[in-house]
Amino acid sequence: MDDESRRCPSSEVRLQVNGTPYRLRLDNRTTLLDTLREHLDLTGAKKGCDHGQCGACTVLVDGRRSNSCLLLAVALDGAAVTTVEGLADGERLHPLQEAFLEHDAFQCGYCTPGQLCSAAGVLAEAADGMPSAVTPVGESPRLDGGEIRERMSGNLCRCGAYPNIVRAVQDTAQAGAAR
Amino acid sequence: MKGFDYRRAGDPAGAVAAVAAAPGARYLAGGTNLVDLMKLGVEAPDLLVDVGRALDDRIEEGPDGSVRIGAAVRNSDLAAHPAVRRRRPALSQALLAGASGQLRNTATVGGNLLQRTRCPYFQDITKPCNRRDPGSGCPAVEGAHRDLAILGASDQCVATHPSDMAVALAALDAEAVVLGTAGQRTVPVAELHRLPGDHPERETVLEHGDLITDVLLPALPPGARSGYRKARDRASYAFALASVAAVLEVREGSVHRVALAFGAVAARPWRARTAEEALRGAPATAESFARAADAELAAARPLRDNGYKVPLTRNLTVRLLTDLAEGASR
Amino acid sequence: MSTTSSRALGTPLRRVEGRAKATGTARYAVEHSAPGAAYAWPVPATVARGAVTAVHCADALAEPGALAVLTHENAPRLREPQDATLAVLQSPEIAHRGQVAALAVAETLEAARACAAAVRVEYAQLPHDVVFRADHPRLYAPEQVNAGYPTDRERGGFDAAYAAAAVQLDATYRTPPLHNHPMEPHATVAEWDGSRLLVRDSDQGSSDARRTLADLFGLDPEDVLVVSEHVGGGFGSKGTPRPQLVLAAMAARVVQRPVKLALPRRLLAPLTGHRAPTVQRVRIGADRDGRITALAHESATCTSTVREFVEQSSVPSRVMYASPNSRTTHRVVALNLPSPSWMRAPGECPGMFALESAVDELAEACGVDPVELRIRNEPDAEPDSGRPFSSRGLVACLREGARRFGWHDRDPRPGVHREGGLLLGTGVAAATYPVYASPCAAEARAEPGGGFTVGINATDIGTGARTVLGQIAADALGVPADTVRALVGRSDLPRASVAGGSSGTASWGWAVHKACRELRLRLDRDHGGAVPPGGLTVTADTTEDVRAGSEYARHAFGAHFAEVQVDTGTGEVRVRRMLGMFAAGRILNPRTARSQFIGGMTMGLGMALLEGSTVDPRFGDHVEADLASYHVPTCADVPDIEVGWIDEEDPHLNPMGSKGIGEIGIVGAAAALTNALHHAVGHRFRTLPVHPDTVLAALGAL
Repeated sequence: MDDESRRCPSSEVRLQVNGTPYRLRLDNRTTLLDTLREHLDLTGAKKGCDHGQCGACTVLVDGRRSNSCLLLAVALDGAAVTTVEGLADGERLHPLQEAFLEHDAFQCGYCTPGQLCSAAGVLAEAADGMPSAVTPVGESPRLDGGEIRERMSGNLCRCGAYPNIVRAVQDTAQAGAAR
Repeated sequence: MKGFDYRRAGDPAGAVAAVAAAPGARYLAGGTNLVDLMKLGVEAPDLLVDVGRALDDRIEEGPDGSVRIGAAVRNSDLAAHPAVRRRRPALSQALLAGASGQLRNTATVGGNLLQRTRCPYFQDITKPCNRRDPGSGCPAVEGAHRDLAILGASDQCVATHPSDMAVALAALDAEAVVLGTAGQRTVPVAELHRLPGDHPERETVLEHGDLITDVLLPALPPGARSGYRKARDRASYAFALASVAAVLEVREGSVHRVALAFGAVAARPWRARTAEEALRGAPATAESFARAADAELAAARPLRDNGYKVPLTRNLTVRLLTDLAEGASR
Repeated sequence: MSTTSSRALGTPLRRVEGRAKATGTARYAVEHSAPGAAYAWPVPATVARGAVTAVHCADALAEPGALAVLTHENAPRLREPQDATLAVLQSPEIAHRGQVAALAVAETLEAARACAAAVRVEYAQLPHDVVFRADHPRLYAPEQVNAGYPTDRERGGFDAAYAAAAVQLDATYRTPPLHNHPMEPHATVAEWDGSRLLVRDSDQGSSDARRTLADLFGLDPEDVLVVSEHVGGGFGSKGTPRPQLVLAAMAARVVQRPVKLALPRRLLAPLTGHRAPTVQRVRIGADRDGRITALAHESATCTSTVREFVEQSSVPSRVMYASPNSRTTHRVVALNLPSPSWMRAPGECPGMFALESAVDELAEACGVDPVELRIRNEPDAEPDSGRPFSSRGLVACLREGARRFGWHDRDPRPGVHREGGLLLGTGVAAATYPVYASPCAAEARAEPGGGFTVGINATDIGTGARTVLGQIAADALGVPADTVRALVGRSDLPRASVAGGSSGTASWGWAVHKACRELRLRLDRDHGGAVPPGGLTVTADTTEDVRAGSEYARHAFGAHFAEVQVDTGTGEVRVRRMLGMFAAGRILNPRTARSQFIGGMTMGLGMALLEGSTVDPRFGDHVEADLASYHVPTCADVPDIEVGWIDEEDPHLNPMGSKGIGEIGIVGAAAALTNALHHAVGHRFRTLPVHPDTVLAALGAL
């Protein structure tokens, strides 16, 4: 037993996921993504590459989008996590979810939860004035097609739904700005 | 990935003591590169000392215009900070040209500096690599090296440093504040990484246990402009084929002050001192810029498939310096 | 019950599983909970050719949580598979680097990964040959090529006609190995209950998966249930069962627990198939007006030593243009590489890159507009077979596409359109894809409580199969679409063909249509239009209908138009616009169809400018093993893509009048982009992908 705990140490981790507090004992090697999928049965966040190269695992950690496959759960003790399962308000879909359905912004759907969480992050980042690579220096970002394409580039979609994703995010951003 | 102990450091000194005492220990901050490498088996620490909360995550602008950046500052926050975004666009642009929004939200300044090469042989533990396994050989010299080094490489290793941010920091004369068991010291970012020579496994001048706690940016003269240019296969979310960061101050049509650094061409952000020397006092024209870039790149030793980096780096340099000279700040 | 004659087909219904996918509740393969499941992790071979001489498992089994290490010595014996790549862990022989040499099984994912890392395998290594060349001494003519096409076809006398032609074009085109990389890696969870096997698999056809498992494990197919409810893309790579299916079932038998196996991304290249590289020589003889008199398309490719797979790249030249003299050939060499397999529009995709590039070169040589040149060479009947086309919308697509794109304002001179440091260019290319259909069975049920259910083991890999099958059923029954539920993705539903060859909707829809028509007939005839108290179920089988075939040559056609910009300082190419016009029979759901066309065009963009892997001659693997180095397009690479279609009424297809749309979007897209690149810079790019280094070299040489 001593030998095992030396070789495979675990820790107690407290996480708040979609508003629900959890206290878990986890192998230190466990990523946030595997915590969600294998321990909490929240399989919305997807494993596409497991190396931060595709974005399918994107969730919001303390409100900011992040690749959950590269985060060790043990290092997130106390964090608040929002996954795609937590975007909707009960039966009422998040405006981004509605827009994705309307614009057919996915086909196989495997990248979709990551796209949605990433898009939620994009809306917040732009509202906070966070620049992207295409934002002119000295200007506040405006979520036009070019900005959305650049900001959503951390989420690969092999079905090629990008033009529809861009429209969905843009519609949501405009509707949000109009409110 | 083998099992490891995890300890959260309360302060930098405690972190240094913990890592220095354990040969198999590594610092964990954002983890975007370390966790990736642990999954690949390239890194197999016994102990992770988490400095994500022990290190400072603030950016402070001094009265003289200098800036102190806590090593735990996230890349996206650094890119957005006015002292960087307005005053040092090169750094903001470099940060935003790297990785993805998600990764920039997670990766820290210290971790970005210390990220490892993306050479495919380094990342594949079933193959030889002198950097990972000294003496095993370097298959990249004859193998897949389109993305690899043209400057400062050796027949032992042709890896490149993948960071965009570090290239801008090198041009901005940034210094890393390093805390070690013997106390604190500063290291210019341009000299933080070693060239491979006969010991590619020695990637930086840091010793085991050394911890980057801050990055210092000196004040920029009021007339200096900076910028960053990167070329890549994909329009976004791709490592550089080559990149250039520059700080330029032109007075009366001549180069008064210039700092130039190349990315993705060497095992470290390549401060182009030869080019800078050639430019000082020269007319701020495309011809001067091209001559200076050529002077720097005369030392290039391209491999079979990466010779394109020579004209690419030259063209990026000319375009960036021309834009800066013409007053375009981006 | 409603009996209104609704018209669901042709309306842009939202995909029925959309909400589940957008809320994260749609579960894919290993996301299904399996209480007590263990996790498996493959150990890939580190030699390109040889044999395993020893597997040392002690350290691996000492890892906390380790349950078993399967090797060729202890793995369950399988019956010989039809597809030799599925004979996993059955012998010590290693046919390519990355082949599964052992399989670790452990309590958790983390433990399985660690267990696999601790397995030490020794090999007796043999020399390997992994470098594909069009002049490889071991090239041979296979008996046939993919999809059963003849290897060589000769019509008229090519050599004499070519020699006599006023204009001669002789060019060689190269395409690299390409990887499908669906976003969901190939994954399976397998669970035994005595001699019964339950599998949840990520594949493009679970009827096939069931048959394969039954064959390999010697089971009654009735005892095997394969569920593929949601599948995260496949693009051909899940078109046949892949090794993880077999490995998971073996491991579950060994540890006597459910086993989950999701392939790590880095193992997709060696284990799930790829599009093999091609070298294609195209020679065209024409008169000065660009009328083709002689056409030769000669393709070379490679396969593995395990399985012959021959990309049928010259086949589209048997379909596209009139030429009295023609030669189309295929040669292949078997190398010590992973086995190539299906990837979106196999044959047509690489083949049309070559042909449509060559036609563009011919147009330039003749001084004829490339749209016009294609129209001039429009055949009266399928050139190779002489059969009439059931419908052929190429000219209509070219004309309408040109109009929408603004093609006629184009200055044809290459290399003259500058915008600062950018060079701009536009290009066109044609597309074609055959009409396939396979026999299927389906059931249709009138529910006693109201509404209808249709069932067929179709697979929705993102095409919108559920949605369109519901539409087909609704129209066949004459009821509103929202009263019909389509069940797919379970092997206990009536058997269906694979989601491949752009044949899914035609094949499945045909059976669904037939069952629904029969159900309607029986409800009306036997029950006065009412549903009997116990409901009513009808099954249908289209074997006879499909086998009846057709005297027509049946193909979809299309035209791509593209505009690119080239940075003259960096060689970076960015796409400004793409427009695709397609003639693919009746478009059954405009919303999902548009998405499929865009998706295919996007993958074509990747093929032209980004994607390609290189074989490492020393190690024998594909260097670009992950998604950081194998560049699929990102959102920033893809401009707004315009898609349109020609309404085509073709009575010779199937009851819906549809042609397949899943693959034609990629066909020709790369050629349109490289033709645009030529227009931009005045250099022909005949080798894909066109990366900045290639462009810089071309700009430097100009």
